[in-house]
Amino acid sequence: MLTISNLTVFYGAIQALDSISLEVNQGEIVTMIGANGAGKSTTIRSISGLVRPRSGEIIFEGKPIQELPAHEIVKIGIGQSPEGRRVFANMTVRENLELGAYTRLQKKVEVSSDIEKMFTLFPRLKERERQSAGTLSGGEQQMLAIGRALMTRPRLLLLDEPSLGLAPFLVQSIFQIIRDINRQGVTVLLVEQNANQALRIANRGYVLETGNVVLAESAENLLKNDDVRKAYLGE
Amino acid sequence: MIGKSMRFWIVRFLTIVGILLGMFFLSKIITDNLDSYYYQILIQCGIFITLAVSLNLINGITGQFSIGHAGFYAVGAYVGASWTLLWQPRFLHSAPFLQMGTTFGDAINLVIALVLGVLAAAMAGFVVGLPSLRLRGDYLAIVTLGFGEVIRIVVLNIDEVGGARGLSGIPTLVSTGGMAVFWVFLLVIAVVVLSKNLLQSVRGLTWLAVREDEIAADAMGVNTTKVKVTAFVIGSAFAGAAGVLYAHFFTGISPDVFDMNTSIVITTMVVLGGTGSVTGAILAATLLTSLPEMLRFLKDYRMVIYSLSLIIMMLTRPQGLFGTKEIGWKSFHRRRRTSAGGSAAA
Repeated sequence: MLTISNLTVFYGAIQALDSISLEVNQGEIVTMIGANGAGKSTTIRSISGLVRPRSGEIIFEGKPIQELPAHEIVKIGIGQSPEGRRVFANMTVRENLELGAYTRLQKKVEVSSDIEKMFTLFPRLKERERQSAGTLSGGEQQMLAIGRALMTRPRLLLLDEPSLGLAPFLVQSIFQIIRDINRQGVTVLLVEQNANQALRIANRGYVLETGNVVLAESAENLLKNDDVRKAYLGE
Repeated sequence: MIGKSMRFWIVRFLTIVGILLGMFFLSKIITDNLDSYYYQILIQCGIFITLAVSLNLINGITGQFSIGHAGFYAVGAYVGASWTLLWQPRFLHSAPFLQMGTTFGDAINLVIALVLGVLAAAMAGFVVGLPSLRLRGDYLAIVTLGFGEVIRIVVLNIDEVGGARGLSGIPTLVSTGGMAVFWVFLLVIAVVVLSKNLLQSVRGLTWLAVREDEIAADAMGVNTTKVKVTAFVIGSAFAGAAGVLYAHFFTGISPDVFDMNTSIVITTMVVLGGTGSVTGAILAATLLTSLPEMLRFLKDYRMVIYSLSLIIMMLTRPQGLFGTKEIGWKSFHRRRRTSAGGSAAA
């Protein structure tokens, strides 16, 4: 579904990605783990068009997309929940969700039924429907960010640190929701600091170190791998 | 049977005609009864309301901090005045419908001046906006300030439009038949209605999204560059229209009318009113335009009190007089919040 080959990204003179390659197949949850600065977020940003790669290719469903601007990438079926949630704080929960579907807002019935689906997925958001997003708790904002990304009707969903700054019991439920979303047919590329949880729900994982992929394995094997356990699972 | 949409358009048409007629008679009454000093202040208020509300589209609603608005105001004024003072007399003086001096001829010429001024200002807005809107925050502010000055300096060096002397003896088209106030009203209503409608539309939601968080807006598929440039062009176009009316009411313009100070005054109006609030911009523009006049009795202390009142207002209400709130159509506004959901549920 998504194939990245030899992707190299620079921020000014600083190299963030050094010719990385990875692949996401239809229906999978793939996770990228690694320390800060390893290049996980940069990879996500390159896919979503927020960063221009210096070289390399990103192929989505057979078409190269590395040259497309961000708003076009949303239209071809890649949705994303950016790092740090970035909900529209002064808008209501409902308006945030509507913005996710803004390219098809004319289809009111469809959008409204999609919003209802989001409320089924995140009942907490239903309670907060008319509240401005800035007044939500961190966990609720994260749900809203994911919901908003889903409103773009993505076939591939990019999630950048969805568990960042959340209370432990909320982390559990966010990962549960990601799994549910995936079961409904959305392919997920997940960037996580919380490697343990991420690997538990993922099919496969990539370990990134300073802009390189150092390990690419099934999530199961990565969870058993001694180096991974030492470096990322805190054992 | 008249269809539903047909009836809608008829009602809308009649409403517009009604408003125009009402405004016309109101203008007539005002012109006949108001002292020319106050009349002038009223016109100036209208022009500055247009400038502030149009800048609010850029600064407030889309969140792009621009402080070069006087540049586009200048483009409108100069291009409009060039038509009535230079081009029309030179090239089209014998055209039967374009004779100035009759009510009809004046109106036609003013409309042409407005169209040209608006187009030129919009074009200037596009040329300036496209490269500078890649910048954010303070950088954008500096660049727009610079561009505003560039426009002024360019005008200063075009001898055909008088250079530093400026243009004088511009025909007072808007005064014929007491119509100055009418045209200014028209412009103010246009920019306010546009802003209000925008705030209630899907398009407005994407503009607000750009203000709230550009990256997130991008991630939702909003073409943020397009939104920002559109806001900039529309805002500049209205500033141009205000310039045309200014030139044809005060009959004289020179580059120093459109200097940095004017830009800053307009920006102050937006910030003081509450960035993003249309009603706030209207109130602040009225206040800042009329206050210096109302304080004349203080003689030498006038500007001291004026500045002090600005400082006190900013200290006591740093979010602006209105914050991001609106008054007047409050119930209307609340209805939008629910109808955005309600209509989607329909």
